[in-house]
Order: sequence, then C-alpha cells, then structure tokens
Amino acid sequence: MYVCRRCVCVLRSPALLWGKAQPSVTPGLAGRAAGAPDLYFMSTTSYSHSSASPAHQIFCQSFREWWTSCGVRFFSEQQPVSQTGTRSLPQTSEGNITAAAEELDRHLEASGGAVSVPVGQRIIDLDALPYQSPFEEISEEDAIQIIVPPNLPPASFTLRDYVDKSETLRNLVQLGVDLSKLEERRNVGSMLVRLDFQADVAPRLFFLKDLGVEDSHLGPLFTKNPFILTESLENMQARVSYLKSKKFSSESVAAMVIKAPYLLNFSVKRLDNRLAFFQERIGLSAHKTRDVVTRLPRLLCGSLEPIKENLKVFELEFGFRMTEIQHIVTRVPKVLTASKKKLTHVFDFIHNTMGVPHSLIVKFPQVLNSNCLRMKERHLFLEFLGRAHYDPAHPNYISLERLVTVPDDIFCTEVALASFEDFERFQKTL
Amino acid sequence: MATKAARLLSKLDGLFAVYKPPGVHWKLVRDQVETNLLTAVNAFPPPAPQYQVQFQLLSSGETSTSSDLTLTATKLPVLADHPLVTGPQYHKIRVGVGHRLDAFSSGVLVLGLGKGNNALDSLYRSHVTRDYTLEGEFGMATNDFTHTGRVIEKSTYGHVTQEKLERVLAMVQGANQKALITYSRVDLHSQEAYELAVKGMLRPQDKSPPIITGLRCLSFKPPYFKLEVQCVNETQWYLRKMLHELGLELRTTAVCTKVRRTRDGPFNMEDALLHNRWTADDIIPAVKYFRRTTRKIRKNDSYKQAVTQLDSTTEAQDQSRTNSCHLEAQEKDGSNNISAEMSADSKQWS
Repeated sequence: MYVCRRCVCVLRSPALLWGKAQPSVTPGLAGRAAGAPDLYFMSTTSYSHSSASPAHQIFCQSFREWWTSCGVRFFSEQQPVSQTGTRSLPQTSEGNITAAAEELDRHLEASGGAVSVPVGQRIIDLDALPYQSPFEEISEEDAIQIIVPPNLPPASFTLRDYVDKSETLRNLVQLGVDLSKLEERRNVGSMLVRLDFQADVAPRLFFLKDLGVEDSHLGPLFTKNPFILTESLENMQARVSYLKSKKFSSESVAAMVIKAPYLLNFSVKRLDNRLAFFQERIGLSAHKTRDVVTRLPRLLCGSLEPIKENLKVFELEFGFRMTEIQHIVTRVPKVLTASKKKLTHVFDFIHNTMGVPHSLIVKFPQVLNSNCLRMKERHLFLEFLGRAHYDPAHPNYISLERLVTVPDDIFCTEVALASFEDFERFQKTL
Repeated sequence: MATKAARLLSKLDGLFAVYKPPGVHWKLVRDQVETNLLTAVNAFPPPAPQYQVQFQLLSSGETSTSSDLTLTATKLPVLADHPLVTGPQYHKIRVGVGHRLDAFSSGVLVLGLGKGNNALDSLYRSHVTRDYTLEGEFGMATNDFTHTGRVIEKSTYGHVTQEKLERVLAMVQGANQKALITYSRVDLHSQEAYELAVKGMLRPQDKSPPIITGLRCLSFKPPYFKLEVQCVNETQWYLRKMLHELGLELRTTAVCTKVRRTRDGPFNMEDALLHNRWTADDIIPAVKYFRRTTRKIRKNDSYKQAVTQLDSTTEAQDQSRTNSCHLEAQEKDGSNNISAEMSADSKQWS
C-alpha cells in the first residue's frame, strides 16, 4: 500500500486533522497546503508568532507580505527607524529584547508594509532582532494558539503513520476494522485516508444501521469490503429496495449483507440476472431460491460460470437427475461453488470405492461437502474392521451423516467401536 | 525480558517427524504446520502500547460554565500500536522439509524448525538410509507406474510364484550391492572393507544414484505383493519404476499401489505426528524428544567440521565413516535388521 502525496496533503488539511478544532487558523493552513507546499516544509520557527497577525490576512496576502507580517524583515525593504526606535535600541542592547521586538512589531504594523525611504537614510540595524526568539516567554493564550503541523510522512506503505491523526481511521479502528489487512490491498489505504468521516463514512454507517446490521458486524464488513464507503448511497438504496421487492425480508437482507459484504456493490441488473438463473436453470421455486440465497449470498456475488460447470458435472459426469440436484442444492448450496476437482474426487470415492448409490447420496448431501481425506481414513478403518456398510437395509449399517460429521473420538467409540489409539495406528498404515 | 510468545518460539528449534498422509503435497503439509504454529504464537496478548501526551480540548470540570473548552494534557495509548492496526506480531516461522515425499506416497517426513533447519543439511549429507514398504499389483502397467495412472498394458500373472519373485529380488540386490561398493569408495581387498560389509555399514560417501541396500518380500498373495526396501539417495518415482521393472523381469507387468516410508534415518514411524496432532502442543514435545538425535546429526556432519576446523580431507573421511557407523547402529535398534542379511552371499536368507 502506498499512500500518495496528494492524499496526505488532503489529510493534512485541517478538516481531517484530529484534535485541532481551531477555526481561526484553518483557512490559513488550507491555503498554505494548497498553494505553497515548499513553504510548508521550510517553516519552522516562524509559526510561533503567527498569532500576532489575523488569519484572514494570511489567506489573501502574498508571500512576502505574509512573511513580513510575521516580523521577518527583508533587506530590500528597509523600515525607517524613527527617533523613538533608535533611542530604544541602545536600551535593548542592555538586555530587554522582548520590549524591542514588540516595539518593532508595532512599528511594522504601523508602517503597514514597505515604505519607501530615501537611500541615504536607510539604516540596517543588524543587532536588533527582527523576530521573536524561540526562548522568549509568551502568554498562555498565545501558547494555546501555536499551531504545530503534524509530522506526517508525505507518502507511506502503512496506515500506522496516519491513524493517530486521522479522524476517519481512528473511528474505523474503534468500529473494529482491521486496518492491517486493508493496508495490504492496493489503493485501499489511499482511499481510506482521503475519506471524510462526517461526509462519507457516517451516512453509510447510518444506512447500514437502518438496514439492520449490528454494530459488532460493521468492523468485519468494512474489513472485507471497504468499497462500501465509496459506493453511492442512492445505488445501494435502490438495490436494497429491489431485494425487498423480491420479497426478501429485512432481516434476511441484513444477514445477506453481513455474509457477503460485496452484495450491495453489484448492480440491480446483475442481482436480477443471478436470481433468474437460479430459478430457471436449476428450477427452484421463488421461495426456495430466496432461502438458498439467504443462506449463501455469495452465490449472487461471484461469476456464474463455475456454477454452470458444476451443474454440468452433476448432470453429465455424476448422473444425477434434475430433481435430485434441486434437493442437493436446497440442502447444501455450497456444492454449487465447490471446486470441480475436489467434488469429482469425493464423488468418485463415495460412489465407486464406498459403493454408495445415488439415492443414498441424495439423502445425505453433506458428504459431498466433507473433507475427502478424513472420509477416506474413516471408511478404510471401517472396512478394515468389517463395519463398512452404508445401506440402511443392512442390520449394522452406518449412516453417512455420522461418518462425516461426528468428531474423531466419538467416531472411534460409537461408530467404529474401537479405541482412538487403534485408529491412529491404522492411520499410520495408510 | 522475553515475552511469552518469544519463549514459545525459542522452544520451536529443532527437527521432528511428521506422518504425511497420501494424496497430499508435501508443501501443504509444511504450510499447515507453519500456520498452526503461527496461530499458537500469535495467540498471546500483544505488547503494551506506547503512550503519548496529547493536548485535547476538553471541557474543564472545575469552572462553572461546562461549555468552556480548555486544552488539557492527557496520556493516551498510541493508536498505531493497536492490534487491529499493527496486525499479528509474527508473520513467519522457518519450517524446512527434509527428504521430500511426492503426493502419491505417505510416511515419515522430517521437518526442521527455526535453527533446526541447519541440521537438515547435515542430515542430507550424512546419507542415511530410508525404509519403505511398497505394495504392488501384478497384471497391469500404467504410464506413471501407479494404479491410478493410464493403463498401457495388461498381462497374465498366473505363472509368478514367490520363489521366482525372490530370485528376482536377489538379483536386484546383488546389482545394487556392487554399486554400493563402488560408491562407498573402499578398496574391495582391504580388511576395513570386509569389516564394514560384514556389519552392513557400507555407505556411499558422496552423491550417488539411488542404491537399494536391502530388499525383501513381506507378503505374496497374487496379484498383490508387499516389499520392504531399504535404500539410499532414492526418490519415490525410482522405487515405483523399480517395481515396474520387477514385473517385467517376471515376464508380466506390475504397478505400485502404495509407497510408505517407515523410517527416515533415525526418525521412526512410531514417533511421527499424525495430521490431527500438527499443533504447537504436540510439536514441542516431539522436538524435545528428537533433540538428542538432532545433536548427533549435527555432530556427525563431517563436511561442516572440515569446513570449520580445516582438517585434512582423509582424516575427516575416516572420522565420518566411523561416525556414520555409530549413527547407523542407533538406527538399527528399532527397525528390522535387514542389513544384517546384506552379506556377500545373498542366497543365504530366504
């Protein structure tokens, strides 16, 4: 992640700075950041006396005038040192520097900028301090108004440098968003730094809350899909109203958004296309489609091509009928998005090695979703013990559901009726 | 001051053995072990955050007007140290793999953790022998020598008897023994060579092609048969090819149905961890168990000694031979003593 310079400049602009609610100074900063970036980095000591001049002047004044108002004298413009000034100067040499500086300031303000003086009378007093010394004591009110620019790097690979200063990032962390994961993605970091909390993030938070998404789910949601914060509210509202028009309840819409955070980034046309596909191709009723989509909303998000391929595999390679496929999909929607290779391995083992017929697989579709290695080991152990019967007609048959879902120790004691050590010893012979 | 996570990491240094299940790539095994160890190490609470004095405009409680905002200095934890911003403390643990097993095979796979990875090099250089159990089936020939490959040829196997099989095994072993003597670089007419051969301690000193030091038939129920192999510098593909050639020698065809490594040098199958035990709780005792073995492997690495101490090459070689003999003596304690049968006259055992 590379947070670009432009974004950092925007971050440095006072609207996004944290804890520095000083409206009197803000226009000045903004003006400086936008107009004269070189100045920004050069300024070190001169900030301390910016309080002397009102902020609105800074914005309008030119470069030289601004510096002059701060008390920096330019040798090209020589101020007339009046009688009062010369008399005060020997006094300053004794030690009262503050008084002399204030005197000079008053002089400058009174003179109001460059005043032409005949050449012969120009006196340059090199001993007089033209500006306030950093060690000079100032009043509390002046001290409060000192602006310290944030020491932010202009560009960075991590959001750690900006999180303390940015209101958006701070609030996202408090919501529970994992910034360490987001900063690994390209451009997301820059996008987050550029966001304004009040204008961009807050309305979308309210929108999601109205939808029914709980506070605890907001963090993981933004971690998975930070682009909700840049999606337009009208579009998202339109998609939600489309889903509600398709008779999805508000709780189911909220649940779908939590499970598939990218859902609201897809257009109405795409969602419509997907829902139509599930109804037409697989032949599910509207109610069943709603149920399947609510349980696995990422069916609406991904590409349809792997789903079409999986359906073809089911029909042609495995030899399931359409009604059987509908039943399997209603029970275990995940088979539609499973990997084709794994699916074929599992089915090949179940059907050819274990000898389970299609009808029994349809009755227990979760075997198609289970871990192939675990199932292999368990089946071979049962075969070794002589207990590998899955047909319900057989007296001591073992249900497929118990074979795959039950944890290891319960499997050994109840299903295989052997000790766990025996199972481990058997696993080492495979 | 070591954190709990750092103390856990310091225990994760050494070698241990894992039982690789069949059908799984060795890289997935290594990645799974690393992931499990990282979750254990990152499970500890993160270090305390740094504090920073910040000046905030807070309402001052002392004054009567509550809307008065004054700058107050407060010490707050730096958000950059928040776990959601920094991420997990540890991103990588060095897990190395010893002699690899291909996806079709299963068995003992040596893994090295942290500083133990250096011992993996020493283990490789010590040219240890490995025990395999090969299961084969007569009557078929495939393109990749396994029963899952594309069938090329089918043949009858009725004429094969155990005696014929054992005769072919003896022939194979004889050929390999000649190769072993050549690569172990001993003078065949010397007393030293005789003593080593009697004890079964002949080993190739440098890089050599795969050599089978021991071979015998465990069971023969046509068409299925089981062999036990002891070999050096092998690959599993070579063993399957050897099984295929065995079938050809017997005027039939054979494929391999299972390749299982039961011993890799001093690492036995009994102490290897199954896949449900690949967690930090079980790996730490395993590493502790193999600490002595690891130390011996490191000590016996003659190449490293030669490099560090700059001894003369002949002295190092002699040292290595005697040391590797001691190492082999350790190996022989648990496993079947096939190498005792590795005498000049191979017909003696049957």
